[in-house]
Amino acid sequence: MLLSPALAISAVLFVLGVAGVLFRRNAIVIFMCVELMLNAVNLTFVALAQSLGLGGQVFVFFVMAVAAAEAAVGLAIILAVYRHKQSVSLQNMNLLKDG
Amino acid sequence: MTGTSIDFVWLAPALALVGFVLNGALALIRPTAKTLVSIIGAGVLLVAFAVSVVVFTGYLGIHAEEPLVFRYWSWIPVGTLQVDVAVQVDQLSLVMLLVVTGVGSLIHLFSIGYMKEDPGYARYFAYLNLFVFFMLALVLGASFPVMFVGWEGVGLCSYLLIGFWFTEEANANAGRKAFIMNRIGDFGFMVAMFMIFWSTGSLDFDAVFAHAPTAVAAGGTTITAITLFLFLGCTGKSAQIPLYTWLPDAMAGPTPVSALIHAATMVTAGVYLVARCNLLFAMAPVASAVVAGVGALTALFAATIALKQWDIKRVLAYSTISQLGYMFLAVGTGAYAAGMFHLATHAFFKALLFLGSGSVIFAMHRAYHHTHAHDDAQDMRNMGGLSRYMPWTTALMWIATLAIAGVPPLSGFFSKDEILTAAHARGYAEPAWLAFWGLGLLTALLTAFYMTRLMLYTFHGPNRTGEEAQKHLREAPWSMTGPLVVLGLLTVAGGLINVPELYHGNAWLHHWLEPLTQASAPLLPDVHLTPSTEWLLVGIAVATAVIGIVGAWRLLQPERLVPASQAPAERGFARVLRNKWYIDEIYDALIVRPIVWLSREVLWKQVDQRVIDGAAVNGAARGARALGWANRWLQTGQVGMYVAVFVVGVLLLLWRAMS
Repeated sequence: MLLSPALAISAVLFVLGVAGVLFRRNAIVIFMCVELMLNAVNLTFVALAQSLGLGGQVFVFFVMAVAAAEAAVGLAIILAVYRHKQSVSLQNMNLLKDG
Repeated sequence: MTGTSIDFVWLAPALALVGFVLNGALALIRPTAKTLVSIIGAGVLLVAFAVSVVVFTGYLGIHAEEPLVFRYWSWIPVGTLQVDVAVQVDQLSLVMLLVVTGVGSLIHLFSIGYMKEDPGYARYFAYLNLFVFFMLALVLGASFPVMFVGWEGVGLCSYLLIGFWFTEEANANAGRKAFIMNRIGDFGFMVAMFMIFWSTGSLDFDAVFAHAPTAVAAGGTTITAITLFLFLGCTGKSAQIPLYTWLPDAMAGPTPVSALIHAATMVTAGVYLVARCNLLFAMAPVASAVVAGVGALTALFAATIALKQWDIKRVLAYSTISQLGYMFLAVGTGAYAAGMFHLATHAFFKALLFLGSGSVIFAMHRAYHHTHAHDDAQDMRNMGGLSRYMPWTTALMWIATLAIAGVPPLSGFFSKDEILTAAHARGYAEPAWLAFWGLGLLTALLTAFYMTRLMLYTFHGPNRTGEEAQKHLREAPWSMTGPLVVLGLLTVAGGLINVPELYHGNAWLHHWLEPLTQASAPLLPDVHLTPSTEWLLVGIAVATAVIGIVGAWRLLQPERLVPASQAPAERGFARVLRNKWYIDEIYDALIVRPIVWLSREVLWKQVDQRVIDGAAVNGAARGARALGWANRWLQTGQVGMYVAVFVVGVLLLLWRAMS
């Protein structure tokens, strides 16, 4: 069985995603890192589905559907932000801060 | 249910309530429909009186020894506390029922003439009907809570009617004063109720009186506290020392109201309460002595003030307080029947006196109205010689005066004499009562004196109303004099209900109330006076009355009075009496001002403004703001940092879950 390597890869992918979200500034890169985390989770689902039943595989489809929708909305937002600010760097996005 | 006419006793209060609802609706919709209001207002009372008479005859017919209790519905079912809306028909409540509806009917009839010109006519009758409803609830209620509803209700109506002409601030203030003084007394009533339930496990009269002798020790602290708290309630409602000061001010209301509420019925509720709880009071000799002592002192104290009042209604108000003192002397002595007897006769002659004074004020008012004068229509210094214009009123008020002074064979003589005899008799067992008897006798002297003074200054001597106004003075219409005549007859004959055995009478009321007082009789000292002693006491009482009347007639000189506007101020002791012993001023300085000061300077400016507003309300807001100010550096607006915090949090949670 390839369960342990699959889970290990998925953990590595997830941590990479998190690190990307934490440390990168570019919104598009952060966005791609989020996709990376989603797909890491997908890999875990598929790997575990082998022993725990088909539910995990079905769930992957849901995640993919949601990720597609999220990609559409997220890219649209980034586009809107770029038009507004001429930049996709998150450092310039601090409207929530007081004053 | 008994299957007799007694079953319809609920009709009496229900009729009054219907009268209130209809008149109240008319007051809101068509206040000008005075004829309809009169028919409803006085009609329901007359029918209620007829119902009372029928119930009374029905009760006579069944020869019941036990009180009849009619339970209608459950009111407060809480665990072991079960209070029903229930009505109790027995000897005592029937006496009160007849007095309230009978005298009430006459006063309603009188009001039709007296209040005819008043714009608030419908409102007046609505309140008056509501009062009768609550008064009947008070006297018919079969448990302390039901009685308390009536007790509070009559207080409410009293407040509404004292402040009936509320556009004048003094009248509204008088209403408030009455309400607050009564509240103090009601506190006592409520504490007494709690203690009764706590010690006997019930609030129904029959259960309480059945359990009381076994549940609490006679003469113990509990029963003494219960009865003293009950008596505190009585001092508020029945205007006794120390809570009497509201009653003279209550004269701000219309005169028929003074007659009905502040003389004949409501203020006697305290006497009724003590008579109803006679077993409890007999079990607490100390409390009984307090009741008798306060009664005797109040009687004398109020009588001294009445000596120097010029307002005709105020004289009668102090006289009422004084006579209520007599009733408390009686019930404190254990002469419960005598107290109820005086309550009934007092209702007759004092209602007559008040309505008579109402006629006088009505005439004075009309005379001043015609001449556009603004003199005081209630000040006796503006009256004088009215017997020439108002012969009927004069004659009837003289009858009432002789009755209240205790001249035989009028009703007041029998009832007052019985109280004094009872006090004297108890004096052989407990000497304190000899002092109470002395106070009572002195009061009788003063009563005769101030009542003769009132008659002398009002109806005799030269007239001081003024040349022009004099021509307009005349007797009130028959709709007003008629009820006076009926009350006059009752004043003359009222004593017949309880002619003592000394005069070979049958002491009917005494025997009638015996089923209710027999339980307390063994607890009281048994002293019997010899007939010769009794005759001596009667002689002393009559002599006192005669000395008072003749003394006033000889000493006072109405010719030397001048109208109020020119009268000089009193000097010396007369001034102290004129100013009511400065009791209002003393209360003001000792109680009202400190409370106002405490409320303003401490409770308002410190507790409310600083502690509640400052520390609690604004302090909480200020604290939240400071917390936010301290933590604002956390909000950088950098999403990356928020995510980092989020990740750290998740890792911490994971670590907690793993380990």
